[in-house]
Amino acid sequence: MGNDPDIITRLFRNEFSKMVAVISNLFGLQHLDLAEDIVSEAFLQATESWNIKGMPDNPTAWLYSVAKHQTSHYFKRHKTFNRKIVPELITEQEDPAQPQDPDFSDGNIMDSQLKMLFAICNPAIISEAQIGLALRILCGFGIDEIAEAFLTNKETINKRLFRAKEKLRKENVLLEMPRGPEINNRLDNVLHIIYLLFNEGYYSTTKNETLRKDLCVEALHLGVLLTGLETTNLPQTNALIALMCFHASRFRARQGGDRSLILYEDQDKDLWDDELINKGDYFLALSARGPEMTSYHLEARIAWWHCQKNDPPEKWGKILQLYNQLLLINYSPSVALNRTYALFKAKGAKPALIEALKLKLDNNHFYFTLLGELYKNIGDKNAKASFEKAYALATTYNDKEILMRKISGL
Amino acid sequence: MEEFALVFRHLAGDNLPTPEQLKVNLPLWDDWAAGIAAQGKFVTTRRLAFGGKVLKASGVVTDGPFVEVKEQLGGFMIVRAENIDEAITLAHGCPIFDIGGTVEVRSFATTNQAILAMENGE
Repeated sequence: MGNDPDIITRLFRNEFSKMVAVISNLFGLQHLDLAEDIVSEAFLQATESWNIKGMPDNPTAWLYSVAKHQTSHYFKRHKTFNRKIVPELITEQEDPAQPQDPDFSDGNIMDSQLKMLFAICNPAIISEAQIGLALRILCGFGIDEIAEAFLTNKETINKRLFRAKEKLRKENVLLEMPRGPEINNRLDNVLHIIYLLFNEGYYSTTKNETLRKDLCVEALHLGVLLTGLETTNLPQTNALIALMCFHASRFRARQGGDRSLILYEDQDKDLWDDELINKGDYFLALSARGPEMTSYHLEARIAWWHCQKNDPPEKWGKILQLYNQLLLINYSPSVALNRTYALFKAKGAKPALIEALKLKLDNNHFYFTLLGELYKNIGDKNAKASFEKAYALATTYNDKEILMRKISGL
Repeated sequence: MEEFALVFRHLAGDNLPTPEQLKVNLPLWDDWAAGIAAQGKFVTTRRLAFGGKVLKASGVVTDGPFVEVKEQLGGFMIVRAENIDEAITLAHGCPIFDIGGTVEVRSFATTNQAILAMENGE
């Protein structure tokens, strides 16, 4: 009886990060590689055995028991390890008789994963490496998958992960939850990494749809993980989760059969995921307790408006106000462009064009696409030149295709 | 790029903007400020409440000179611009003009300038 490779992949994705977190929690973050080795070995053993005997009824329990066995095996076999690490462990353990037994209870898994999340999102590591490490250690992605998501090769990713781990060791980052007021500063960083992970999946240029969707799902998981603890279940956490739910709800609708993206205005609204929209509503309501208004709050509200199936007349005016506030706390060229688009929808092409011409984002193909759209709306012949400029600047096949259609549609 | 302060003043005393005027005027500020932020030229802004206290050298505290003066400070914004002319261009369209106010565009003194001024006995 063979194994379904999809089930194994999913199992790996779900369990790898939990097991690595629990075992690292036992050994300390300095020995992250060892934890990874033990878990990988457990998976290898599992797949080999399952290939012969078939999948057991409870594969997760099976994996945990192999990992436990591997861990104690490691203790016995490696005397140096025993000599160097075990004395430290014993002082930290409540039960020194059995320092080597990883505890795979739900409570300890959550606790270990949260500590790991905070350790990896440590400001000492640069963010590109953080995302790579988060994908590997927190989301259980394979090196080849990470390379595909970043459109680079395995060696680059391996080097990046190596440097990030080295940094963790050098900075002596500990697996522990920050305490007191520090938790707020550190949480900002954690939320930012989760936000980047999600965007990596949502806007990634990789053609692998499943991979992109998995990235978003994992980012959402990490966000929800933070709600398990009172000190991290804060309004900004809830706002970020709401934002991710609303965006993810349109996943199915934005994917064309030919792997192309379907633009928002052309999407079949029946394909939107109501369950995720409801979940987003729930977390959006939670995010509103307290006076904070973070960029996640504003983005979540914008995303909420985009999930409304009927177009109430006040929609674009409200979206414009939200983008105005977002720009005042967090400028980026894409927010500036989105705000100008909202201005166009709320107040018309003429005032939007006046504002757009001030932006001068001369290397941005979205900028010229927007200019083209605005010129087209007031019947100005500059529309064609703008779309052509956008076409010249666009890099992906999809973008060029869309612009080609716009030019020929004039 | 250099930073400039846009200082907003509006009519005071009996000519203070009415609540009705403010209801129309206040929503315009975010729109205008976001237009500056969209160009990546916004730094920060604060709006002042109408009331307040004034301390005089004699130690007397009053409820402000707000009745006697013609204009009062309404708030400020810090923007980034190439030069003062560009800062003035950014100030165009400021909603303060709708309630009979003015925008004063000022550059910031640097520490060096202050030291030079002292050395020159100014």
